[in-house]
Amino acid sequence: MEHNVLASILANSCDTACCGMWFYLIVTILKLVLVFAVILAFVVLSVWIERRVAGWIQDRPGPNRAGIPLHLFQRFGSKEEQPCKKLLHFFGVPENCWIAKLFRWLRLDREIPTFGLMQPCLDGAKLFLKQELTPSYVRKVYFTLAPMLVLGPPLVAAAVIPFASGFSTPFGDVNMCVANLGIGPLWIFAISGLSVYGLTLAGWSSNSKYPFLGGLRATAQLISYEVAMGLSIIPLLMMFGTLNLQNIVQYQADNGWTILPLWGEGLTWERWFMMLPMLISFVVFVTCVFAEANRTPFDMAECETDLVGGYHSEYSSMKFASFFMGEYAAMVIGSALVVTLFLGGWSIGFGADAALHAWCDWFAVICQFAMFLIKLVAFIFFFVWVRWTLPRFRWDQVMKLGWLVFLEVTVANIFLTAAIIYFIN
Amino acid sequence: MSYIPVKRPKFSILDKIYVVELVKGLAITFKHLALSLMGKSRSKKDFNGKGVGACMPFPEQRWDAHMPEYYRGAPTLVRGEDGRERCVSCQLCEFICPARAIKITPGAVDPNSSCQKQEKAPAEFEIDMLRCIYCGMCQEACPEQAIFLSKEYLITPTDRKDAIRNKETLYKLGGTRKGLVNKWNQHK
Repeated sequence: MEHNVLASILANSCDTACCGMWFYLIVTILKLVLVFAVILAFVVLSVWIERRVAGWIQDRPGPNRAGIPLHLFQRFGSKEEQPCKKLLHFFGVPENCWIAKLFRWLRLDREIPTFGLMQPCLDGAKLFLKQELTPSYVRKVYFTLAPMLVLGPPLVAAAVIPFASGFSTPFGDVNMCVANLGIGPLWIFAISGLSVYGLTLAGWSSNSKYPFLGGLRATAQLISYEVAMGLSIIPLLMMFGTLNLQNIVQYQADNGWTILPLWGEGLTWERWFMMLPMLISFVVFVTCVFAEANRTPFDMAECETDLVGGYHSEYSSMKFASFFMGEYAAMVIGSALVVTLFLGGWSIGFGADAALHAWCDWFAVICQFAMFLIKLVAFIFFFVWVRWTLPRFRWDQVMKLGWLVFLEVTVANIFLTAAIIYFIN
Repeated sequence: MSYIPVKRPKFSILDKIYVVELVKGLAITFKHLALSLMGKSRSKKDFNGKGVGACMPFPEQRWDAHMPEYYRGAPTLVRGEDGRERCVSCQLCEFICPARAIKITPGAVDPNSSCQKQEKAPAEFEIDMLRCIYCGMCQEACPEQAIFLSKEYLITPTDRKDAIRNKETLYKLGGTRKGLVNKWNQHK
């Protein structure tokens, strides 16, 4: 691809070539920053979602205390003890008025409401300030390397996920995907498969029994589910006929999402027929994403009932936090992949994409980006929801499910899809 | 040997496929989520909570009014109805205290006291609140019914010395109690 860019630069006159290259560079850097920021923000956000939703499901509020107390502003010259209360009093709003009630509900009489969103930041600060304890018996090099290997791959894998369609500017077209590779899902599988090295190294270098078992489990589990995961998207690829994620999402925007084909060229019975293998793929793929991201009910690698803390038992402070963040980043990337492959990625659906593009490119891209984020949040919520619903599977059940059920189901699914495509066309 | 053989439940095919059961479970948790967000959690009334879920946002809202009669809080010393120190410094509570929180220094009986029959009175009576486990053994052991567990539960000393309560503080917290012990009464 870069050869093409270079060739085109050489072929064109110097002026436009330089302009095109600079445009390409700047746009790529901007997209990189955007993706990086979105992924890290979502890591933080998903911690918050996890804790809040866990609270609500268990009939408690969850972390809602971390806010910005208003009395702190007294230090910066504000003479009011409770500015909002004083404000209400100044305008003569009675105590039982709905405005005052709303203020109280938002806890504005005490602090600036953040709904506990400050909690992940404070957790991070706490982890930074905690004592960093490296046991004397560990292999220091691998011990330090492991957390980096866990956190890195998900951030790299995000490069191929399209977060909006493209738009054109006077300088050239912009594709809202950092690297528009022709091997999208394969890239993600390859890179996220690398994060198992982090877990294994962490378990191994800790030089301690339980982390070691955790590392082994992580390896076995990731390898088993990688197989089913790869096979489960083959029916999709047969239908789309492409591995480019941007094209896949474009196809879904035009013809209906993979598991919701309600618009496009009409609701033919063939498309409803295709739903069956797609749904099987969806269930298998989502389960595999759970297993890949090491989430309950598949968090065998850090199953605290039998492995203390799993592969990160010996870690503390920021090293532990980077395992934590890596896990959540893997979850975000997994959700993004499910959304892209099955739930239409950035497409707003019901033919709205084409209409918006016809009206205004910029607005369409912003809407699609927002839509992508909404879907991502919804799927992360689903992740959390499942976590607080299902108990953890037993280790042999996990392996049985991977090798004896999913492998067979996915292979059969490929043949089913092939048969449907053969007989329909 | 008596034992009850428990039969494992037979799973139907539907159970084994797991997807339907999974959806049922998800529905249950989602119901809890929705109810607690709407502030209609099932046990909300029992807990008298005003926050999200069944919880009571603690410092703003307190359990105090619902505290049961048998609640075991901080131990305190009490005076009799005539203002007499009930403690006779027998040190039974000190001996029985499993956490060794109590330390009594026995002394002579105050000549102004209304009762001169007892042999000793506590010159100093200290309870280390960092050691106390609120078990109530002292209250049980006391033959004079001089030490009682109060309902006080907010014990937040700022340093270790603050945590040790002396005789004066304990009497202040305990107040006076009527009845029960009258073996020292003159009329008997």
